[in-house]
Amino acid sequence: MFVDFFYHLRGYGLKVTITEWLSLMRALAIGYSRADLHVFYNLARCLMVKTEADFDNYDRAFASFFMGVENHFDISDELLEWLSKPELPRELTEEERAKLEALDLDELRERFKELLDEQKERHDGGNRWIGTGGMSPFGHGGEHPTGIRIGGSGGGRSAVQVATDRRFRNLRSDRILDTRQIGLALRRLRKLDKDEGPEELDIDETIDSSARNAGEIDLVFRPPKRNRIKLLLLIDVGGSMDPHTLLCERLFSAAHKANHFKKFEFKFFHNCVYENLYTDISRWKGEPTSEILKRLDHTWSVCLVGDAWMSPYELTHTGGAIDYYHSNQVTGLDWLRKFRDRCPNSIWLNPEPRRIWNAPTIHLIRQVFPMFELTIDGLTEGIDVLRGIRPNRALAA
Amino acid sequence: MSFHSFTGTDTYLAAPELRDSVNVSAALEKPLLVRGEPGTGKTVLAEAIAENLVMELLTWNIKSTSKAQEGLYVYDTVQRLNDARFGDKDITDISQYIKYGPLGQSFLAQQRVVLLIDEIDKADMEFPNDLLHELDRMSFFVNETGRHHVAKFRPIVVITSNNEKELPDAFLRRCVFHYIAFPDKAEMENIIRVHHPDVEAELLQQVLLRFYWLRDLPEIRKKPSTSELIDWIAALRRGGVSTESIESELPFLGVLMKRENDLEAVMAAHRRGRVN
Repeated sequence: MFVDFFYHLRGYGLKVTITEWLSLMRALAIGYSRADLHVFYNLARCLMVKTEADFDNYDRAFASFFMGVENHFDISDELLEWLSKPELPRELTEEERAKLEALDLDELRERFKELLDEQKERHDGGNRWIGTGGMSPFGHGGEHPTGIRIGGSGGGRSAVQVATDRRFRNLRSDRILDTRQIGLALRRLRKLDKDEGPEELDIDETIDSSARNAGEIDLVFRPPKRNRIKLLLLIDVGGSMDPHTLLCERLFSAAHKANHFKKFEFKFFHNCVYENLYTDISRWKGEPTSEILKRLDHTWSVCLVGDAWMSPYELTHTGGAIDYYHSNQVTGLDWLRKFRDRCPNSIWLNPEPRRIWNAPTIHLIRQVFPMFELTIDGLTEGIDVLRGIRPNRALAA
Repeated sequence: MSFHSFTGTDTYLAAPELRDSVNVSAALEKPLLVRGEPGTGKTVLAEAIAENLVMELLTWNIKSTSKAQEGLYVYDTVQRLNDARFGDKDITDISQYIKYGPLGQSFLAQQRVVLLIDEIDKADMEFPNDLLHELDRMSFFVNETGRHHVAKFRPIVVITSNNEKELPDAFLRRCVFHYIAFPDKAEMENIIRVHHPDVEAELLQQVLLRFYWLRDLPEIRKKPSTSELIDWIAALRRGGVSTESIESELPFLGVLMKRENDLEAVMAAHRRGRVN
């Protein structure tokens, strides 16, 4: 049963590892939840499911596995058998084997036998461990001391019934990229350089030098090393970008939190870059693009984010901007070229998958900027261009 | 291995599931990772465990600049250098310049203690990984003195996270995980009565109805938490707002919603609701 349960959980997409599964076996063997499915439900969950986003999957897996057996759930015999002849889900790695040995199965088996004997004598009233209605802190038969039942599970309902409630449905998150992954990728975006500015005290050198100086303190300073990457993030908002809002927000918040850039700026645009770029998503507060360009030079890297999906005239015609009250004198494509010419280490990230990059405007933009998918792989590739260690190949075209 | 049995305290009502998670973590000597929205009592849990099991509580508040090493110990070189200069102290004993952090102290303690690592997600992304070895083995090495300290009594470790950042898988594998769900209406009533003991029943019901309606709106990004609800009730009572107008006007909404977009979304939903 135990191995089956392990595979069952994995079958529902839960990333349960052997290490975690062995913890469960150990907890069971020292007396947790032998015959109470409610306790087993929580025990298995707190040891094997590490994010509330997976609780719903766990509930579904649990309900389908224990459907029908909830009223006579007792794993003592099976557990005793397992402890005598441990069966494992698959071949163990070195680390996992070490974990299994650390379990000391013989001792656990003896302890468990003792517990069983004790249980037989005292029935379900013992206070050593979890039974149904004992004094131990485990188990769900008893009433909550305050008379309030918190967090569901109980009221005469079985653990399977509780699991089928799917209380955690709203916590699911089928996410593609999370902030942490983006943050880790962005971390590679650095170029260390000796920086001007106030020098830092070099403790190691100071100690060495003071020791050589017969204990008289000799302070040693050195110029700090700083990342010299300056990043300008330009994000397309509104319209066809709405489905990607969450993804862009994550990229934005990861970049914003990354405090290792020498300078970091962000602006918003709609479909294409024209005379003004905006500091707010609703595009009220603008700044002339020409002013921004003046601040930039080749030490800056520009990262544009958008689906690059628009009518060709929005890109190639003067007066083609999508907002009808806005008549642009310079074409969108020319504005993009200005950015590229000023900051060669620039890229375009596209949240749409590469296989549907077939709009004419996408082809045009790819002649200006190298385009990458807004995925971990795409971002990692793109970062090499931003760092300047991979040439901007679109320049040649 | 003894069974510690955490049962909650008079002021901290622990759900059965939470009690089980705490006790499993103590018995298996694995850190308990507690996650949940702000205001669900994550930090207070560690205090309740310490009080309930009569153990000392050590707290390590994590900041964005926190380093794993600081939790173990810091070698105060500057102090030693300074002492060396004036020659009025014996500086050959390095151990007096080793300052132990909360993690180090919890390993050195002469009885079992509770260690709270509060808001681990505040720190750098690599921070949890740097703690893996120490939390696994519950031991550490002091380079400066060449001494290896092994915990005689493995502390009960409670780690809280607001889920601002994702935590690394290797770290999660070693933890017992518990998610504290947001309190439901009945629990919330009890919480509010602690802060507003004499609140009118009618007002309370109306406020709770509005509050949970608002939290369920899908367009809201930053859901209001318990502390904001408590503030809202204080504002409503001080403003002498009638129960009916809470329903019709949603007064002092700014206390609950801090983001302009959310505020607009609520007002729009409220108007829709009144038309229907």
